[in-house]
Amino acid sequence: MLHDIWFLLIAVLWIGYFVLEGFDFGLGILLPFLGRTDRERRVLINAIGPVWDGNEVWVLVAGGATFAAFPNWYATLFSGFYLALFLILAGLIIRGVAFEYHSKRDSATWRKGWDWAIFFGSAVPALLWGVAFANIVAGVPIDKNMEFTGNLLTLLNPFALLGGVVTLTLFMTHGAAYIALKTEGDLRERANKALVVIGLVAALAAVVFLAWTQIQSLVVVSAVVSVLAALALVGALLANLLKREGWAFVGTALTIALAVVALFLHLYPNVMPSSTNSAFNLTITNASSTDLTLLIMTIVAVVFTPLVLLYQGWTYWIFRKRISADRIPEAS
Amino acid sequence: MDALDLARWQFAITTVYHFLFVPLTISLAFIVAGFQTVWYRSGDEKYLRLTRFYGQLFLINFAMGVVTGIVQEFQFGMNWSDYSRFVGDIFGAPLAIEGLLAFFLESTFLGVWIFGWDKLSKKVHLATIWITAIATAISAYIILAANAWMQHPVGSTINQVAGRAELKDFFAVVLNPTVLLTYPHVIAGVFMTGGAFVLGIAVWRLLRRPAEDQAPFRTAARVGASVLLVGSLFVLISGDVVGKSIATDQPMKLAAAEGLHQTAQPASFSVFTVWDADGKEAFSVKIPNLLSFLATGDLNGKVAGIDDLQAQYAAIYGAGDYAPSVPVTFWSFRLMIGAGILAALAALWFLWRLRKNGLPGRGGVAIAVLLPFLPLAANSFAWIFTEMGRQPWIVFGQQLTSNGVSPGVSSWEVAITLVGFTLLYGGLAVVEMGLLRKQIRAGLPAVAASDEADDRPMTIGY
Ligand code: HDD
Ligand code: HEM
Ligand code: HEM
Repeated sequence: MLHDIWFLLIAVLWIGYFVLEGFDFGLGILLPFLGRTDRERRVLINAIGPVWDGNEVWVLVAGGATFAAFPNWYATLFSGFYLALFLILAGLIIRGVAFEYHSKRDSATWRKGWDWAIFFGSAVPALLWGVAFANIVAGVPIDKNMEFTGNLLTLLNPFALLGGVVTLTLFMTHGAAYIALKTEGDLRERANKALVVIGLVAALAAVVFLAWTQIQSLVVVSAVVSVLAALALVGALLANLLKREGWAFVGTALTIALAVVALFLHLYPNVMPSSTNSAFNLTITNASSTDLTLLIMTIVAVVFTPLVLLYQGWTYWIFRKRISADRIPEAS
Repeated sequence: MDALDLARWQFAITTVYHFLFVPLTISLAFIVAGFQTVWYRSGDEKYLRLTRFYGQLFLINFAMGVVTGIVQEFQFGMNWSDYSRFVGDIFGAPLAIEGLLAFFLESTFLGVWIFGWDKLSKKVHLATIWITAIATAISAYIILAANAWMQHPVGSTINQVAGRAELKDFFAVVLNPTVLLTYPHVIAGVFMTGGAFVLGIAVWRLLRRPAEDQAPFRTAARVGASVLLVGSLFVLISGDVVGKSIATDQPMKLAAAEGLHQTAQPASFSVFTVWDADGKEAFSVKIPNLLSFLATGDLNGKVAGIDDLQAQYAAIYGAGDYAPSVPVTFWSFRLMIGAGILAALAALWFLWRLRKNGLPGRGGVAIAVLLPFLPLAANSFAWIFTEMGRQPWIVFGQQLTSNGVSPGVSSWEVAITLVGFTLLYGGLAVVEMGLLRKQIRAGLPAVAASDEADDRPMTIGY
C-alpha cells in the first residue's frame, strides 16, 4: 500500500518536473531561433526568469524522494546511467548559471555565449531524460546484486533514442506554447508557427514511441492513457490554430503529464526491470525503504506538496502578464 | 588511483566547492533582508541602494550555490551507490524533505524577490527575501542533520538480513545531539563569512573610491564587522562545545587532530608540530593542559590516544586501521581555527580605524581583499577536518568508506566526471569572480524615483 503510494508520488514529482521544466527546456532550445535580436532573446529569458529555479526543484525532490522511498532504485539508476547523468548535470549547471549571468555584462559576445549555453544546457537534458526514461521502461541489464552491467552504449539503443527525440520535441512544442502565451508581437507569431511544425514532429515521434512501448508488451491502461496523450497533443495543435494560446498550453502540458502517466503505468509494479533476467527486476517492494520511513515521508509529502503547489501557483499568478520588449531593463 | 580514490576526490572537490557558495548565500540572504527591512521602516534611500548592491552580489553567488547543489543531490547515487543502499532508509528522507521544505521555498520566493520589485507591495516584497533567508537556514539544518547521522548514527538499527541501516526513531535522527551542536557552530561560521564579505567590500570601496558613497559604505562596513565579530564569538563558544562532544562520540577524530598516540592525563594542545619521515614528532610548540580542557572541560581531564583507541576498535570491529590521517586532521583543525581568528582580528582592526570617520591606511586594501577568503578557508578546512577525521568510516562504526563506493562504476568513468566537474567548476569560478569584481567596481546603483506605471522597464531582470 505505502509502496504503491510512493510509486504514485514519484510519478507525480516527475510529472511536475517535466510539465514545468519542460517549457523552460523548450524555450531554451528555441531561444537562438525565435529570438532574432538580443532584446528578443532577453524577453524570452525573462519570460521564465521568475519561475525556472522553482521548476527545477521538482527534479531535486524527485531524486531525493527516490532515494528516500526506493534507495535501490536511486542507487542502481544513478550509478548505472552514470555518464548520461553527468551530461544532464553539466547541462543543468551551465544553463542555470547562464540565466543569471546572461545580462550582467554589456557585451555582445558575452551574451551570445550564454545564449548558446542556454541552448545546449536545455537541449542535452531534454534529450537525455527521454533516453533515460525509455531505458527504464524497456529494461536494462541488471544483475542479481541490482547492479547495472551495461555501459553508455547500452543506453543508446534505437528505442531509447526515439524516446529522447520524443521528450526533445515535446518540450520544444510545450516551450513554443509557453512563448506564444507569454509574449507579444513578432515573437508570439513566430512561436505560433514553430508550434505547428514542431508539434507535428513531436506527435509523430510520440505516437511511434508509445506504440512501440505497447508492442513490446501490452499494458491496456497504459495504452489507453497513451491515446489520451496523443489526443491532448492534437487538441493543443488545434487550439493553437484557433489562437487559443491558453488552451494550447494546457494541451501540451496535459500531453506531457499523460505520457509520464502512461510510462509509469507500464512500469508498475517494477521500477527498473532487468533485461538480463526478470527475477532481477527492481520492484516497488524489493527496492523500497521500510514502512516507517515510507509512512513518515507520506505524512511530509501530504502536508507540504499542496502548500508548494499553492505558492508556486501564486507566483505564476503574479507574473501572469505578457512580457513586452519595453519592459526589459537597459543593458548593464 | 582506483575508483574509490577518484570518487573520494570527486566528493571532496564538489562538496567543498558547493560549500564556498553556501555560507555566502545563507548569510547574505539575511544581511540583504536586514538592509531592506531598514529601508522599509525608515525610507532611507541609502539602505535601498545597499540592498540592491549586496543583493546583486548575493544573486551572482546564489546561482553558483544552486547549480553546484544539484550535483550534490545525485552524486550519492552516482559514486556511492552501496552507501545509498545501506543508508537510504534513513538518509534519503532528510534529502527529500530538504527539497520539499526548503529548496522549493528558497527558489520560488527568490524568483519573486528578483522580479517582484514592481509587482508587489513593499511589504509583501520584503517578506519574500525573508522567506528565502529562512528557507536557506532550514535547508542547512536538514542537511546537517543528515550529515550528523553519519558522524553519530542514532535512531536506527542495522538489519543484518537486508544488509542496511533501518530507521527506528525519526525524531531521534532529526534531533540528533550532534546536529543540535554543530548547527549553531556552522551557522556562526556562515555569518562570519557573510560579515567578512560585506566588510571587505565596503572597506575596499572606502579606500579605493573615496569620492563615492562614503556614508552608505561606512554603514555597511560597520554592519559587516559586527556580524563577523558576533559570529566569531558564537563560533568560539559552539566550537568548544562541539569539541567536547566529539571527545565522547568520535574520540579517534580528536586524538588524530592532536596527533596524540598515547592516552594522556593531562593532555597538552600543540599549536604547531613537525613530524619526521616515520611519523615521529620532531618539533612541537605545546600549551600544557589545554587539550584536556577542550575535550573534557577539566584541566586535568584524560584524553584517549590513537593507539588505545585503535586496539579498542579492532576488538569491536575486527582487524583494520581505524585511524584517520594525522597530518590532515591536525592541520585542517588548526587552519580552521587560525583563519577564523585572523578574520576576527581584521574586523576588530577595521572597526577601530573606522571610528570617528577615520580610515584604515593603505595596507587596508590588501586586508580588505583578503578578508572574505579567511572564513571561506576556515569553512573548507573545517569540513575537511570533520569528514577526513571520520575516516575510514563513511557512517561511523557502521559502514567503511571503501564499502560505500559504487561497484559498477569503473575508474575511468569516475575519472571522466572528476575531470569534467573540475574543469567546469574552475571555469565558472573565473566567470563568477570576474562578475563580482565588475559589480563591486560599479558601486552602488542609483535608484530611480518609483512611478507606478506598469509598462516601464523592470527594476531588476535577466
Ligand atoms: C550548511 C548548509 C549546507 C550544506 C552542508 C549543504 N548545502 Fe546544499 N545548499 C544550501 C545549504 C547547504 C543552501 C544555503 O540552502 C543552498 C546554497 C545556495 C542555494 O541556492 O541554496 C544549497 C543549495 C543546494 C541545492 C540546490 C537547491 C536549489 O536549486 O535551490 C541542492 C540540490 C543541494 N544544496 C544539495 C545539497 C546536498 C545533497 C548536500 C550534502 C552533501 C549539501 N547540499 C550540503
Ligand atoms: C549531508 C551532508 C554530507 C554528506 C552526506 C557527506 C558525505 C560524504 C561522503 C559520502 C564522502 C565520501 C567518502 C569519503 O571520501 O571519505 C564525504 C567525504 C568528504 N566530505 Fe562530506 N558529506 C556531507 C557534507 C559535507 C560538506 C558540506 C562538506 C564541506 C564542504 C564535506 C566535505 C567532505 C570532504 C572534504 C570529504 C573528503 C574526505 C575524503 O576524501 O576522504 N562534506 N562526505
Ligand atoms: C575557536 C575556534 C573553533 C573551534 C574550537 C572549532 C571546533 C570545531 C570542531 C571540534 C569541529 C568538528 C565537529 C565534528 O567533527 O563533528 C568543527 C567543525 C566545523 N567548524 Fe569549527 N571550530 C572553530 C572555528 C571555526 C570557524 C572560524 C569556522 C568557519 C568560519 C568553523 C566552521 C566549522 C564547520 C563548517 C565545521 C563542520 C561542521 C560539522 O561538524 O558539522 N569553525 N569545529
